[in-house]
Amino acid sequence: MIDTLNAGLALLILALAVWTIVARDTFAAVVGFVAYGMLLTLVWVQLHGVDVALIEGAIGGGLTGAMLVRAAARLRRTEAAARAEHPAVLTRIAAVLVAGSASAALAVAVLTLPDPAPTLAPETAANLAATGMGNPLTGVLLAFRAMDTLLEAIVVLFALIGVWSLAPDRVWGGRPGPRHHADPDGILAYLARVLPPIGLVVGVYIFWIGADLPGGKFQGASIIAAMWLLAVMAGLSDAPPVSRTWLRLALIGGPVVFIAIGTAGISAAGAFLAYPDGLAKPLIKAIEWALMPSLALTLALLLAGVPERPAR
Amino acid sequence: MSLVDLFTVATVSAGAFFFLAGSVGLLRFPDALTRLHALTKADNLGLGLVVLGLLPRVDGVLGGLKLVAIWLLALLASAAVSQLIARVARRTGPRA
Repeated sequence: MIDTLNAGLALLILALAVWTIVARDTFAAVVGFVAYGMLLTLVWVQLHGVDVALIEGAIGGGLTGAMLVRAAARLRRTEAAARAEHPAVLTRIAAVLVAGSASAALAVAVLTLPDPAPTLAPETAANLAATGMGNPLTGVLLAFRAMDTLLEAIVVLFALIGVWSLAPDRVWGGRPGPRHHADPDGILAYLARVLPPIGLVVGVYIFWIGADLPGGKFQGASIIAAMWLLAVMAGLSDAPPVSRTWLRLALIGGPVVFIAIGTAGISAAGAFLAYPDGLAKPLIKAIEWALMPSLALTLALLLAGVPERPAR
Repeated sequence: MSLVDLFTVATVSAGAFFFLAGSVGLLRFPDALTRLHALTKADNLGLGLVVLGLLPRVDGVLGGLKLVAIWLLALLASAAVSQLIARVARRTGPRA
């Protein structure tokens, strides 16, 4: 029974993936992509990767989806013109060859993986107690592979700088996105008043529970970012100018604390990002608490988009 | 099969039926407003019945409260979103 369901899920995902690629209308493709992300969330749940499922649902489906919807809306005006342009036959053949060989290489790589796959899971489980964490994923992300997590947090920041750098000179450092106006007595304003208190609690809860159960800072941060964006879209709040000093300090706060604790590890524990014995848990907590607000702000501003209005 | 099992099977099946009916309505109804009407049946009744059927199987009161909270949040979101879509649909006029 469950096998039939899984097979159906796999078929649906494959069909949606193909449809997302062949759909001519950008908006339709984006809708397909979001649905694809939601189905992928179910796949991760089936594979018992609830942490990854949460990330996929919040960031892969939700946040990226919202970003793509906005991009599709912006492209709509020029879409017909772009579609009328037909690339030359040679270009098309080259594209087919490149995409086809990339897919074939990936397929070969997946099919030739050794079975059973090499795993570090037993070592992780054996050493998890040293980190004081109950959720192995948090232990891996912040102790065994802390460097990856640090770079991840910094990459998101780089992405934000990339978005900002698209701003025209005259509004450099200004407020991102248009000023939203909604009926103050309308349903959107109502939702933006009712939902954020609940969403904030859920976001902090998912972050808090991440030490021992599925959850974590990325998942929590994206929920909190979504709540803030809801308030902005309902016109109840406005995005701050990106040149504000407090904003920039808050953005780099998390990574700076991470790097500072990592550097202290060189003298205290003998390696960058190493934690002294017995202090692993409080230090990991400190990093998580510092990273969470920075991440929430970075994700929210990534979605808010390019500065469009002067700061005044 | 115990009475609890029967209850779960019956309510979750009824919930699945509403989801199916909602999907059929989404595909078959002629315009945006009637399609929204069909969809909200799936969200409100379908999910509600599924949650109701799962309630006797949760580990503790907290788990049950979380399930109910999920249903209430889905209600809030679906009601708000369908009103927003309906407003846009009415403003832009009937279009398939």
